[in-house]
Amino acid sequence: MRHLLSTADLARDEAIALLDSAEDMATTADRAHKKLPALRGLTIVNLFFEDSTRTRISFEAAEKRLSADVINFAAKGSSVSKGESLKDTAQTLTAMGVDAVVIRHGASGAAYQLANRGWIDVPVVNAGDGTHEHPTQALLDAYTIRKRVHGLSSRGKGLDGLRVTIVGDIAHSRVARSNAWLLTTLGAEVTMVAPPTLLPHARESFPVVMASDLDAVLSTNPDAVMMLRIQKERMHHAFIPSEREFSQLWGLTAERFARLSERTLVMHPGPMNRGLEICSEAADSLQSTVIEQVANGVFVRMAVLYSVLTGSEA
Amino acid sequence: MSGLLFAGATLPDGTLSDILVRDGFIERIGSDLKADGCEVIDVVGLRVLPGLVDLHTHLREPGFEASETVLTGTQAAAAGGFTTVFAMANTSPVADNAGVVEQVLGRGIESGYATVQPIGAVTVGLGGDELADLGSMATSRARVRVFSDDGKCVHDPLLMRRALEYVSTFGGVVAQHAQEPRLTSGSQMNEGAVSARLGLTGWPAVAEEAIIARDVLLAEYTNSRLHVCHLSTAGSVEIVRSAKAKGIKVTAEVTPHHLLLTDETASEYDARFKVNPPLRTNADVMALRQALADGTIDIVATDHAPHPSEHKECEWNDAAFGMVGLETALSIVQLAMVETGLLDWVGIARVMSHQPAVIGGVDDAAGALAEGRIADLVFIDPTSRSTLTTDDLAGKSINSPYLGMELPGRVVHTVRHGYFTQRDGVIVSADVVSRATREYDNAHTGAGTEVTDG
Repeated sequence: MRHLLSTADLARDEAIALLDSAEDMATTADRAHKKLPALRGLTIVNLFFEDSTRTRISFEAAEKRLSADVINFAAKGSSVSKGESLKDTAQTLTAMGVDAVVIRHGASGAAYQLANRGWIDVPVVNAGDGTHEHPTQALLDAYTIRKRVHGLSSRGKGLDGLRVTIVGDIAHSRVARSNAWLLTTLGAEVTMVAPPTLLPHARESFPVVMASDLDAVLSTNPDAVMMLRIQKERMHHAFIPSEREFSQLWGLTAERFARLSERTLVMHPGPMNRGLEICSEAADSLQSTVIEQVANGVFVRMAVLYSVLTGSEA
Repeated sequence: MSGLLFAGATLPDGTLSDILVRDGFIERIGSDLKADGCEVIDVVGLRVLPGLVDLHTHLREPGFEASETVLTGTQAAAAGGFTTVFAMANTSPVADNAGVVEQVLGRGIESGYATVQPIGAVTVGLGGDELADLGSMATSRARVRVFSDDGKCVHDPLLMRRALEYVSTFGGVVAQHAQEPRLTSGSQMNEGAVSARLGLTGWPAVAEEAIIARDVLLAEYTNSRLHVCHLSTAGSVEIVRSAKAKGIKVTAEVTPHHLLLTDETASEYDARFKVNPPLRTNADVMALRQALADGTIDIVATDHAPHPSEHKECEWNDAAFGMVGLETALSIVQLAMVETGLLDWVGIARVMSHQPAVIGGVDDAAGALAEGRIADLVFIDPTSRSTLTTDDLAGKSINSPYLGMELPGRVVHTVRHGYFTQRDGVIVSADVVSRATREYDNAHTGAGTEVTDG
């Protein structure tokens, strides 16, 4: 794998190989000495044009565990805030001898442009671009579901036959898009639930079921329910009338959580708006995978970086 | 002025004929014309059309000379076979008063590569709040007849009504950029499956159609003329078709790019394909072609919109809307309309020369290939095929979506007012063109464009 830009590009075999590689990475986590020498001597820049402390730290942890040298570049306070272009910034950094770029950007397509426009010639990993994709988040979600469902026998497996429900601001969610492609590639049946204003246009072009009645979907006892963060500014553009109404109709409230099967996983990519899209009872329950998702994110990102920088799976 | 005898041209209808041009006018069209003292140019195998007229060009001057100037923009026009271009008003300062439109007119006269007919803004500063000096622009030396806030929509219905009524005083027309602003807040590309996949904010078809529907009703109610810029959707075609059937005085244009390209081109986030209105779906492209063929859409207009490379080599959301189009328009229309059998060359002459001149109110001077008319001509080789490179782009900017594509047709000669602006596929130098245009003006001072017999 040369770059990781979108999960739409990942074949099932590739995706499973990445998840298996992440399992290998996970086995090192329990050791006293966690660091692997795999990427020693290579330099990775975390090019973050958008604030995202948790994603940046997760990548940084993955890079350091693989012994890469890490440069963190935050756009704020840099030349970008003085109007330097993406192209110039990327070329400046790679001229300093960077071996891979992890990019987070507010504009959809920024990672694709960096990888394909001929501006630079190093692997690019998309750490979230606008409302387009967040492929490592989808990989860690798939990893988390697979591990919970299949446990020690998870290697080599997909998510065949599992039913996953994703709830929230689907239209603006890069997490939802990446999961739509990846989870279905891995064999899961995905249902996305939101008010019609927050479902994407051309719903039939996604390989998932789109719905607006959360209670009806939850009554089918899905294997996992993933709640997405709702951006509070959505109220200002007439997407939803109020937070309270959103929470009543599309939040995982205590009442809805109580009706769920005990087997249903409760997921959230974080950071959570407790009391808005997810109640604390659900977030802190045994069914919740929120903390595992964070831990698994490091393993998955290790596997991705290893793959793009060495051209092989671990 | 010496004469030119174009020998062996193929007229739009396929007839072979010679064309004798003298003193800036077409003296004779016929076979076996005598040359006495004229330079003979062999145009056997070349199709001749009346010089093309573009009702929708952004020349960018004054204010955005890094993108284009009147000189470079009219050179692009000459390269594309255009002899008349209508300069859009969204310059800086905006062409919303007699001073600016006369400045643009003057720059065009100096250039000589094409007749530059300024368009006046509908509202002051394109602000959409109060009417610009419509009457003083109309009575200025620039004789403005087309008014447009293009780039922005005249979205206030009251203002649109008043503008439609007011410009009818002097036979003017409002050319509307149909874009409901609230429905297109932050829009980046056509709203559909591709925008949903790419995570780019959609520009829904209904935002165009809602304005056109409203405007044809206003045009009917006020008994005024409406021109709709760059139609881009199948729904817009239906609205215009039914308005015309009811006898409403509406005309419409389509760009070459909307006749060829779809929103799938955005898939690689290459901002050369970012344009307003956005590229739509294949179904829309097919509907637009059909509408141009059956006359629902009256004309092709380029919406030539030059931008410097730094405004295109950036994130899609930050990139400017627009693409250059003068140089390639005829090739694209040949590809989309002629090679598909939808229009013949008579039809091309109608939609790219005659009708634009009529809508723009300059049909006394442009848009016709006939004895006694001003000699604005273009000679093309429709059998040529070549891959478009930046060398083919004569304007200042290179933001063409067609770079690297193999295109049919080649403009061989462009003749304006009896002199070459492009010859053998090469732009004639600025000093030669400038001298020729001064000679023409000196010879016709006082007589103006009324001279019909040279």
